[in-house]
Parts: sequence; structure tokens; C-alpha cells
Amino acid sequence: MSAVGRKSEARAGWAMSAPALAAITIFFVIPAVASLVLSFTDFDIYALADLSNLRFVGFQNYERLVENPLFWKAMGNTLWFVALGVPFVVALSLFAAMLVNSRWLKWRPVWRVALFAPYVTTLVATAVVWRYLLHTRYGLVNYLLSLFGIAPIDWLGDPHASLPAILIFVGWKTFGYNMIIFLAALQTVPRELEEAARIDGAGWWMRLRHVTLPAIAPTVLLVSILTVAAMFQLFAEPYVMTQGGPAQSTVTILYFMYEEGFKWWNLGSGAAVAFLLFLCILAVTLVQLKLAKRGGAI
Amino acid sequence: MQLTRRQITGALAGVPLLPMLGGCGARGGDGLTIWAMGNEAASLPALLDTLALPAGTPPIRVQPLPWTAAHEKLLTGFAGGSLPAIGQVGNSWIAEMAAIGAIAPVPASAEHLLTDQFPAVVDTNRIAGKTWAVPWYVDTRLQFYRKDMFARAGYATPPLVWSEWKGALHKVKALAGPGNYAVLLPVNEFEQLLTIALSSGARLLRDNGARGAFSEPEFKEALAFYKSLFDERLAPIASATQISNIWDEFAKGFFSIFTSGPWTIGDMKSRLAPAMQANWGTAPNPGPTGIGSAAPGGSSLVVFSGADRTDAAWDVISRLLAPSAQLKFQQLTGDLPARRSVWAQAGLAADPVVAPFATQLDRATALPKVPEWERIVTEMQVVAERMVRGQYDIDQAAAEIDRRADRLLEKRRWMLDKGHAL
Amino acid sequence: MSLRRWTVTLLAAIVALMTIAPLLWMVSVSFMARGEASQFPPPLLPDSPTLDNYRMLFGTFGLGRFLANSILVSTLATALALLFTVPAGYAFAKLRFRGRDATFRMLVAALVVPGQIGMLPLFLELKAMGLVNSYAGALIPWLAGIFGIFLVRQYCLSIPDEMLEAARIDGAGEGEILRRIVLPLLTPIIVTLALFVFLSSWNDFMWPLIILADQNLYTLPVALAAMSREHVQDNELMMAGAVVTTLPVLILFLALQRFYLSGLLTGSVKG
Repeated sequence: MSAVGRKSEARAGWAMSAPALAAITIFFVIPAVASLVLSFTDFDIYALADLSNLRFVGFQNYERLVENPLFWKAMGNTLWFVALGVPFVVALSLFAAMLVNSRWLKWRPVWRVALFAPYVTTLVATAVVWRYLLHTRYGLVNYLLSLFGIAPIDWLGDPHASLPAILIFVGWKTFGYNMIIFLAALQTVPRELEEAARIDGAGWWMRLRHVTLPAIAPTVLLVSILTVAAMFQLFAEPYVMTQGGPAQSTVTILYFMYEEGFKWWNLGSGAAVAFLLFLCILAVTLVQLKLAKRGGAI
Repeated sequence: MQLTRRQITGALAGVPLLPMLGGCGARGGDGLTIWAMGNEAASLPALLDTLALPAGTPPIRVQPLPWTAAHEKLLTGFAGGSLPAIGQVGNSWIAEMAAIGAIAPVPASAEHLLTDQFPAVVDTNRIAGKTWAVPWYVDTRLQFYRKDMFARAGYATPPLVWSEWKGALHKVKALAGPGNYAVLLPVNEFEQLLTIALSSGARLLRDNGARGAFSEPEFKEALAFYKSLFDERLAPIASATQISNIWDEFAKGFFSIFTSGPWTIGDMKSRLAPAMQANWGTAPNPGPTGIGSAAPGGSSLVVFSGADRTDAAWDVISRLLAPSAQLKFQQLTGDLPARRSVWAQAGLAADPVVAPFATQLDRATALPKVPEWERIVTEMQVVAERMVRGQYDIDQAAAEIDRRADRLLEKRRWMLDKGHAL
Repeated sequence: MSLRRWTVTLLAAIVALMTIAPLLWMVSVSFMARGEASQFPPPLLPDSPTLDNYRMLFGTFGLGRFLANSILVSTLATALALLFTVPAGYAFAKLRFRGRDATFRMLVAALVVPGQIGMLPLFLELKAMGLVNSYAGALIPWLAGIFGIFLVRQYCLSIPDEMLEAARIDGAGEGEILRRIVLPLLTPIIVTLALFVFLSSWNDFMWPLIILADQNLYTLPVALAAMSREHVQDNELMMAGAVVTTLPVLILFLALQRFYLSGLLTGSVKG
């Protein structure tokens, strides 16, 4: 390798990565850092009209958030989404993956694609569809329940039912994605292991608990963490299906940020919410890395 | 290197595309765009067709905004410099739009549109000595009541003096039986307490809207009256979401009075059983010594500042506000017209359900015209709900509302000091 | 054994049917007459199929415009994303330059940062640049695709260095190597990445909702969300709107699912 070659290689390397790095700096890094700065100002509708109306206010935005009941409501809702949603989505996707992975299954690719399809559909469009599926009087969901003698549920109008209603939709929309990840993990579990357990007379549940789950534990963790991060970023679902209602039961952190920022134009306060959201996701990711390292997954 | 350079050139070649991509804002072209909401947006094209606009009027395009997203769209439009020429703006947003300089004041040539209107509504749109918007349709809130219940209690209509009104409610509650109440005041809605406060003459804010005036005697009187309705078990301590269907509950006699606006008239006609139709009516709000007050509502038409064809825009607004157009508008939407003379023509003045709205609008009081107002009343109600639930007494609640209002108004005080606020 | 085979397959078929039932129902209702779906029990198939809803969407509501907007924005987003990320991904994998590894480590760390965090300042930034309420504003976030760089780099690592060295010894310039040797090898990952970007930008909602104020510029999801707030009761019409919005991406996915699913597995390592 000549020195000239080295030099031109280095030059090419910079030239090829420069456009992307410039774009990332201008449209991602700078705004992200600016967000932190913004969160220490009282940037509001007045400042938007005239920048001389901007003041630095230190931690005031954060102090007010802590006092704001709607912020805690949004936090609480988001935690409910995590607490209920993660086990639900993980169980659903694991079940689907095991079904598709079954050695007795015929036409495997067909079922795999069918189960994955909701994931690629447009969120807003399917949220609209589900709003009608969950309609109290004419919805298919309540009709199916009525076949089992269950009284109609006011899915999107009752503050206790609205969060589970959105979770059903989110589960339907995303389980296919996690299923594919689980499927890849399941394919690495040796068939012989399961076969041996079967010959020993272990039932389906025993084999799942003692053979399959231990073998794919790192993947279960990965999927859980991905789902937690996704639950922190719910926005379009409540925006389209409930507009945060009823009684603010579906206001998520991101929805709250949108309203603070783009409805009331309290950009300072909105940026503070964004930064707290980032801290939450960062914490989750660090826990993931720590657990994954201990588990030897990386 | 050669191709890399070509690639960069390729990327740069895309740059001139950007202005092209950016160059199709709402103000592009020769037309006039109107942003309107809900029902009004749906009826506007038909209304414009009947206007017989003179030749030379630019083509008019109506862009509908959903009511629930309208406020954020207006502010985003302002922030992004993409507001159109004309807009429908909810009266409670005028102060905000004026404060940030998003709308232009009504020019002298259009001032005649402010005559033949309800003074309190026009007053809502007057800020710092200028009028910023022309009221288009009006509404306000008053009582919807059960005629049959009040008749059984010995009243043709609910009395209009607080003490007598409350006496009537006690009788109605006794008639309604155990478990039922007389009046619905959802503890999560600020409108009811606000109506009571306006009726008692509270000015709500003082010092040019820089501080809360919630500790003044008028407001405390209102708080005390509001609280007594719960303490005397005339109103259930319930939020609106706990009353799943207010028409059903109203028909069942769970309560015999609730407060709402003209948009409820259609719901009452379509949702109450035919047998109930003769049993409901509307009446003005009660006050300490006679008919009470209310907050004027509705929407106005504005011309956004910086619009290209201001004269043409005001001309279109003038035509939309002409009595004949207002009549047509009322027929298309069912909205109550802003122009007084149209009420008689449309037969509204003679309609027993609608006429009380005119009576009430004549006694309406403009709300404080500060952009922070909506957040202040929201806080007011949070405190009032806690007071009703026993966490504060009246004095403590009043002081707490003042404290929260003053905090929200901190920026405004700073701007007033600097001479930046309207 | 055959019984078991059929039981499992039947179970899978039932689950799959339940999964795509909402989509089938969406298509079915979109062909119903107005008001037909609002009955109890809800009808599954249209009584007499009609195209009225689609006619109304494309006629009265001008859905064609939003469809064109969506196609334009997604196509440009895809092209720009590829133009920016493919060379960068290759450079980070194969070209030795100072600061490369440190820069890449920072990029990987930045993957943790959710895009929403910078949304408010980005809006102000684009306002200053005059790009609010323009297609360009809607495209901007797709230029900064760290994930794409990561994906391409992973794939490039498998290209043997000897191949590139041989080309250099033959006197080929770096650009030529990228075009003649690397790009053809990268075809599968480029298809995958293009598919990812196209589908994500097509389905994207929050950013276009914020940045596009003028109705003429709305993409399908933004237009659909606005319509669905105004026409809540028009069930059949909204279903037709949902079909128009989601069918193009569904078809694209079905046609290219092999690339999509394999890319997804590479990508999920990202965490």
C-alpha cells in the first residue's frame, strides 16, 4: 500500500461519510443538544413572536412539571402501558413464534407473512380501523364478546377500558415484529433437546419452561426492552383513537410533549419533557446492556 | 475520487430542489384561503356560492380544520409563517392571536360590521383599544331544565334570584327522590363556576390582567354559592366522565338542570324520547339579585397579519357578515347569528328554546383578555374541585387560585414591565 | 402424526385469520353503502358492493393529491436516505481514515437517543431556514439516518479486503471501487434499506403532522387523521381511506418480504 493510496483512501472515507455526518450533526445532534438548552428557558408563544421575550429560567420548567398533575398522569399512564403491555406483547409474540416454528406446521411462510402483515401497515390507517372495530354498539369486538354473553364494553369511552383497548391494538400491530425475532432464536434451539425432554415424558408446559425458555432467555430480554422503548414512544395511537381521553386516561409522555410543545407552544416545558423521556429510555437501555452482558448475550 | 465527487455534486444538485419543494405554501397562487372549523367549514363552500361575489374576486379555497386540532394548527401556522388570508377563530383565542401579532386589527372600512351585534361579544374582541376580529356566530351557556319537575315544584320556570333559585332546587330534589339531585355541576368543568362568578360580578383578574382577583369579595361569594350547592346535596360530586350519557340521566331525573350551549338543542331533540320533548326548556342563568351573567362564546372571522390581499379578504368577510348571508348561514349550520337583526328574520327570537340565549347574551360579560386565561380557569377548577371535596375552605381556595394565577401570569407581568404586552 | 400436523396447521390458520381479519374487514366495509356497517350484528360482507366511497374520496375529498404527496415524499426520502447513508456505511466499514472508529462509536451511542427529543428545536431550526410547511421539511429527518449507516456497515464488513486492494492495485479510484465493485455486492442490503425507509416514511405521522400546515401538502396519514376527526360517523368512507393509505405498503411488503424480514433480523441487534 503506497502512501499516496493511503491518503486518497482517507480522503475518500471522509468524503463519503461527510454528507451523512453533516446531516446528522445539523438535523439530529444540534437539535438534541438545543433541546436541553431550550428546557432551561421559558420559550413560549411570546418568544416565538419576538425573541426578546425569551428568558433563562434554570430548572423552573422541571420544577413545574413535577408539580403538574397532568405530567404525572402521563407518566403513570405510560408506566401502565409498560406494565401491562410488555408481558402481553411478549406472550403474544412468543406464542405466535412457537406456533410458526412448530415442526408439524404446513405452509409455514404463508402463516409467517400473515402474522407479520399488521406490522407494516400504516399506523394511522389501522388505528382508524380499530376505532370502528372497538365501537361500543356496532364494533366487531363487542359482537364477538356478545357471542359469549359479555355485555358491550365502551372501549374508547370508559376511562378504565381505554388503555387496554389501545394495548389490544398495539399488541395486534407489533407482535409480528417480535415474532420474527423470537423465530430466529427458536431456530437455534436444538430439536434434539426438546425431543429428549419429550421422550422423558415432559409435557408441553414443562418443555417450554425447562427447555425452550432458558435457551431463548436473552431474546426474551431483548424483546422486552424493545417493547418498553416502544411503549415510551406511543403517540399516534392515542392521537387518532382517543385524543388522550377519556379523562386523560390515554395521555402518554410523548402525547403530553406534543401538547405542551405544539398545542400550547410552551417549547421550554416541552423540551424538558423530551429530555425526561430521553432519560427514561436511556435508563432502560443501560439496564438492557447490563443484563445482556451478565447473560453473555453480547 | 472522481465518482465520489460526482456523488457529492449529485447531492448538491438536489439542493436547488429544496426551495422548489418549499415554495408551495398556503399563500401561493392568487386565491384567498379560508381556514374554518367543523360544521362551519362544511357549510362554507355552499354559503360562498350564494354570495354572488363580484368579478375580479380571487378564487376562494376553504381548508377545513378539525375543531380538536384547530388551536394547534393556528399556532403552528403562525410559527411556520403559513397562515392563510382569512380564518375562523374561537373567541377565546383572540387575545392570544392578537398578543403574538398573528392577526390584523379590523380596519375602519370594516367597522360597520361591528354594529348590530351583541356588545359583550364585540367587547371580547377588543384588546388594547383595537378590535381584532368580527364576531361571526355567537353562543353562550345557560340552564337546560326539566319543565315537568319545576311545574310539580310549583314553578313555571326556574327563579332568577339565587336565594329563590336554590329554594326551588330544594323542592325539586325532594320531588326527585332519594339518590337523585337537582342540578349537575361536573366538578371537572370550569364553565359552571365561571358563570356563577360572572353573575356575582367578579372581575377575575386585576392590574390589567397581571394578577388574579380571586380573593375579592365577589369571587368569594361565587365560590361560597357554588360550594353550598354541593354541601346542601343539590348537586352530585361527579365529573363529566362519570355521567356517561347526560341525556339519559336528565330524562331519568338524576338532575333537573344542567348548563350548556345552543349546540345541545339539536342533541336534546334527537336524543330525548318523543315523550320527553315537551318536558324540557331553557332559561337564563340566575344571579344574586336577578338574571345572572355568562361568558360570550362563538367564533369570529379574522384577517391574518401579513396576508397578501387584505382588501379582498375584508371584502369577503363583509359579504359573509351581511344579514342575508347570516340568515343563509344560520339555515345551513344552525349556528346563532352574530347580527341581532337576523334573529327576528330567522324566527329565532320567537323560538322559546332559543330566545333565552339572546336574553342571556345581552347580559353576558367579556372574559379577561389575556392569552393565559384558558390555563388560569383550568387551574381555578382544579382548586374548586378540591374545595368541593373538602380539601380547602373558601378563603384558602380563593388564595390558592390567586397563587396559581399569579404564577401563570408571571411572564405577562414581566412583559408588561418591558412594555411588550398588549 | 398426520392428525397432529393438521391440528397445528389449523390452529395457525385460525390465528392468522384473526390477525388479518381487521384488514379484510377494512377492505370489505370500504365497499359498503353509507351507513351499512353501523348495524348490529355488524355485517361482514357488503350487501351490494359499491365504489361510491372511493369515488367520493378521490372526488370530493381530493385524496389523489394526498396519495401523490405520499408517493413523492416517500420516494424522495428513500432516494436521499440511500444517497447519504450507503457511501457512509461503506466508508465506516472499509476505508481507513483518522477518527473513523471514534466517530462510529459516537454514532452507535446516538442510536439510543430517540428522534423525538430534538423535535421542538428542529422545528425552530427549519423555521429559520424557511422549510416549515414544505416537502423539504418533511424529508429532513430521513437524511440523518444513523440506523441505515449501521445496517450498511454491518453488511460491508463481509466484503473481503483483498478484493478492494486488488482493485486499488489495478489503479481504480475509490469512487470507482464503490460504484463498480461494492454497490453490486450491496444490492440486497440496499433493497432492504430502501424498503425500510420507504415504508417508514410512508407510515410516518408525527413529524409530517407538525411540519406540514397546508392541506395541499398533507401526506396520506396526516390527511386521514384529520378526516377521521371530522367524519367519525362515516365508517365506510374512512375504511376506504384506510385501504388507500395502507394497501400500497402492504403490497410492497408482500412483493419484497424476503428482503424485509432478513433486514429486520440484522437490525434487531441494534436494540
